[in-house]
Amino acid sequence: MSALFEYIIRLGDDSLILGHRMSEWCGHGPILEEDIAMTNIALDLVGQATSLLNYAGDVEGNGRDGDKLAFLRYDREYKNTLLVEQPNGDFGTTIMRQFLFDAYRKPLFEKLQNSADKQLSAIAEKSLKETKYHLKHSAEWVIRLGDGTEESHQRIQESLNTLWRYSSELFYTDEVDAELLSQGIITDIAEVRAEWEVTVKNVFEEATLHIPTNNWKQEGGRKGMHSENMGFILAELQYMQRAYPNMEW
Amino acid sequence: MKDINISELERKFQEKIDKDIKIEPKDWMPDDYRQTLIRQISQHAHSEIVGMLPEGNWITRAPNLRRKAVLLAKVQDEAGHGLYLYSSVETLGANREETIDDLHSGKAKYSSIFNYPTVSWADMGAIGWLVDGAAIMNQVPLCRCSYGPYARAMVRVCKEESFHQRQGFEIMAQLAKGTPVQKEMAQDALNRFWWPSLMMFGPNDAESKHTAQSVKWKIKRHTNDELRQMFVDATVPQAELIGLTIPDKDLKFNEETGHYESGAINWDEFWEVVKGNGPCNKDRVDTRRKAKEDGMWVVEAANAYAEKRNRRKSA
Amino acid sequence: MSKKEWPLWEIFIRSKAGLNHKHVGSLRAADAEMAVENGRDVYTRRSEGISIWAVESKDVYASDPTEADSLFEPSDSKVYRHPTFYDVPDGISHM
Ligand SMILES: [Fe+2]
Ligand SMILES: [Fe+2]
Ligand SMILES: [Fe+2]
Repeated sequence: MSALFEYIIRLGDDSLILGHRMSEWCGHGPILEEDIAMTNIALDLVGQATSLLNYAGDVEGNGRDGDKLAFLRYDREYKNTLLVEQPNGDFGTTIMRQFLFDAYRKPLFEKLQNSADKQLSAIAEKSLKETKYHLKHSAEWVIRLGDGTEESHQRIQESLNTLWRYSSELFYTDEVDAELLSQGIITDIAEVRAEWEVTVKNVFEEATLHIPTNNWKQEGGRKGMHSENMGFILAELQYMQRAYPNMEW
Repeated sequence: MKDINISELERKFQEKIDKDIKIEPKDWMPDDYRQTLIRQISQHAHSEIVGMLPEGNWITRAPNLRRKAVLLAKVQDEAGHGLYLYSSVETLGANREETIDDLHSGKAKYSSIFNYPTVSWADMGAIGWLVDGAAIMNQVPLCRCSYGPYARAMVRVCKEESFHQRQGFEIMAQLAKGTPVQKEMAQDALNRFWWPSLMMFGPNDAESKHTAQSVKWKIKRHTNDELRQMFVDATVPQAELIGLTIPDKDLKFNEETGHYESGAINWDEFWEVVKGNGPCNKDRVDTRRKAKEDGMWVVEAANAYAEKRNRRKSA
Repeated sequence: MSKKEWPLWEIFIRSKAGLNHKHVGSLRAADAEMAVENGRDVYTRRSEGISIWAVESKDVYASDPTEADSLFEPSDSKVYRHPTFYDVPDGISHM
């Protein structure tokens, strides 16, 4: 399996699974306007997953397309971070998960725009526009909820406490990254992390939120080792393809 | 003295309507006209929002990425339609959240079609094709409704609806030419959604109490039965084209009139569903109420933050 | 304003460069940023716009329709404001 394939799968699966989570909100948002906004984010993520997984299929060259990759792998073959598969919880938890993710994705796509891989840089350029908007939206909400009412402050601090342990995996690297780094396809993740830390610190400061002191880490998704949530997600995501194999829809 | 003024105002009002001059929010209007519109537009808005749920069911289970994106966009459009309509209700002096509370308390109605369950992927096809198709029949004439904000909202809605019906028909056509299992799935969805779709146009004209006044006010341009007939005439050939059978053994084409004649609609079922006894009435309303209740702290937080910030700014 | 809902905003959209912002409808939002973002999500899902104005509905001061006669009819008689009022000799095309 090529390093490039593995890397694109990681990006694509983050979009796919977070898009899935976001789409669960459609029809259930806290207010109509926000329902529409969250569905827009879900749509962007599903669109990114489509471009990325189709491209991963091309790189692999075994005749699998985006749909085959999205719907017909085993759980261990999905490489999204644990963060994006976490349940939606209340609106604040969804927003916090989105914010931690957007603050990482924006600098990541910025760097990937200059990738030596032309296709990847094109996807990054398009996705960056969307991600900037997602980050603006999620950061504003973190601030509103953090500095809103006593109840909202408590709730979103709680969400941060719960999700914080999954944030380090966003910066996970292994031999896949080392190889692509040497080929100029990606840049050092440390630069992305540095930017993420600044964004997170500034937004939490404005939101009057405290970064948890418990730095216990939960990782595994990038290697295919997921939380209990993943099986339930796949049961829905793959339902049609598994129940009615080999059909056109 | 006052009475004379009112009847004079009413005469002038009807004159405007007859000349096809639109009524705008701050213009004088009879109270009945205002109340009829508030009832009709808010019911329409509720239908758009409750209508998100049966299809929303299938977003996480859509069979491929393209269908998933299309369905998401489609259900999101319905939220947009609800919003356009709630904003036109508000121009009449009604309050959006109060009308929504009426929905949640069971006081306000919405289209009874959304009280039927979506049990297979083919239902996404049947709903787009039949339910959005019936909605378009109803809504196109409303683009010329006498009340300006409603008419303008409907223009926007109708522009967006055409993709909804097409994506639904595409799903059905794809299934109909697929494997036997898929074709059966499509036929089964058509069987379940056909009659409820015909009921969407409302009771027969003889039974419909609001129609005459609404037609005079140009809130309504066609009667229920006229619209239903247009729908049947348009839809039957579409079903034939993709090889599906309309579940009506009495359906026949009348060469003389050039129209299809349908069998009898089960109006008892219709009234039961309207009354709240459909398969999903309770689920739908409970789900919407829960969304609002669960979101209340978010609404309050955003208000509190906006107030704090305004205070800081002016300090 | 009740604590339980957000204020109403009127949304105006410029559909492309060179055109005026046009009123498209209203929505609810807690603050101006949110009003603009919601305006984007609600009213430009099919790339209908390149610029958005959001104005709180309570800040819109509207003319009174019962005064429409005195406000607008006087200009009906000022036909000289319209170019078609003037005779232009044949042979002059662009004026
Ligand atoms: Fe709609
Ligand atoms: Fe509709
Ligand atoms: Fe629709």
